Amino acid sequence: MSRLAVWWAVLAASVVVLATKVAGHLVPRALLERPRVVRTAALVTAALLAALVAVQTATTDGALALDARLAALAVAAVALLLRAPFVLVVLLAAATAALLRWLGLP
Amino acid sequence: MPARSPADRTDPAVRSAVRTALSVSVATGLYGVSFGALSVAAGLDVPQTMALSLLMFSGGSQFAAVGVVGAGGGIGAVVATAGLLGARNGLYGVQVAPLLGASGWRRVLAAHLTIDESTAVATAQPTPAATRAGFWWTGAGVFVLWNAFSLLGALLGDALGDPRRYGLDAAAGAAFLALLWPRLSGDDRRATRTVRVVAVAAAALALALTPVAPAGVPVLAAAALAVVVGVLDGGGGAGARAGGRPGGDEDDAAPVVTP
Repeated sequence: MSRLAVWWAVLAASVVVLATKVAGHLVPRALLERPRVVRTAALVTAALLAALVAVQTATTDGALALDARLAALAVAAVALLLRAPFVLVVLLAAATAALLRWLGLP
Repeated sequence: MPARSPADRTDPAVRSAVRTALSVSVATGLYGVSFGALSVAAGLDVPQTMALSLLMFSGGSQFAAVGVVGAGGGIGAVVATAGLLGARNGLYGVQVAPLLGASGWRRVLAAHLTIDESTAVATAQPTPAATRAGFWWTGAGVFVLWNAFSLLGALLGDALGDPRRYGLDAAAGAAFLALLWPRLSGDDRRATRTVRVVAVAAAALALALTPVAPAGVPVLAAAALAVVVGVLDGGGGAGARAGGRPGGDEDDAAPVVTP
């Protein structure tokens, strides 16, 4: 995207997210607090995050790609299993990928 | 900030809520550094990064927006992905609005500060005064620190140069995994199993579609999959047993504090 297009994306997405927050404070409680709505929203959140993990880790420019990022994700998963805080998880993943690339991996 | 009576300052529940708010704010604010650096690595500039932190102010949606930009997605894909991830904030608003009783401009401000962390701290408090203190202190604290550290991260990312050399591209996947992680466990085994199955299927679907669909679409297809499962699933989930209560859905909109 061009710089201008990124601005449009940033502003439009921000407006949508903010409008959703305001709507939550304004709409009648009974309308949104239905089990099916609540459950579906939780599933959508998990599905989006899982898809983003996959796309960020194993694809490059519209093609599947296996490289240092996969090893970094494995390290992140181990860190999460050991209950490491968010910042540490991200740092360990970055350090893993940086180290593997320094050693010559893609 | 909320109107606080002098009595609030000596109320132990309120003071405890404020302490929790401050520690959550510091922890959350710190990972604003990773957001700022990843945003710049994805191709956004510093003002665009700060516009997201100031205006969108929802970690998951912000990481998603820069992730889609970085993957080459268009405006529609950015808006749809960030918007869908922000949908849970609407449900949080439904929960906290009656607890806060804010009106006018305070209501709009409360809405903007309605995120995972402020909702989690507010709903965990024992008294109405502590609930309000917890919400406002967490919301304001996270807002200030998240933005300050986003700026720091963006400036650092700008100065570092090639993001691959420092593994910043790998950090993005790890950040999403860390945001996903707390959602993969819970007290309700059926609901948890459904979430796990959907998460794995969503990742597989996104990977399968990546070579054939335009950038951004694979992630949205995963969201569509979740909507279909959520609508069709009568509450039993993948582990439904005969005689399960079709209407007995547990409230799993509970916010998750990510750090």
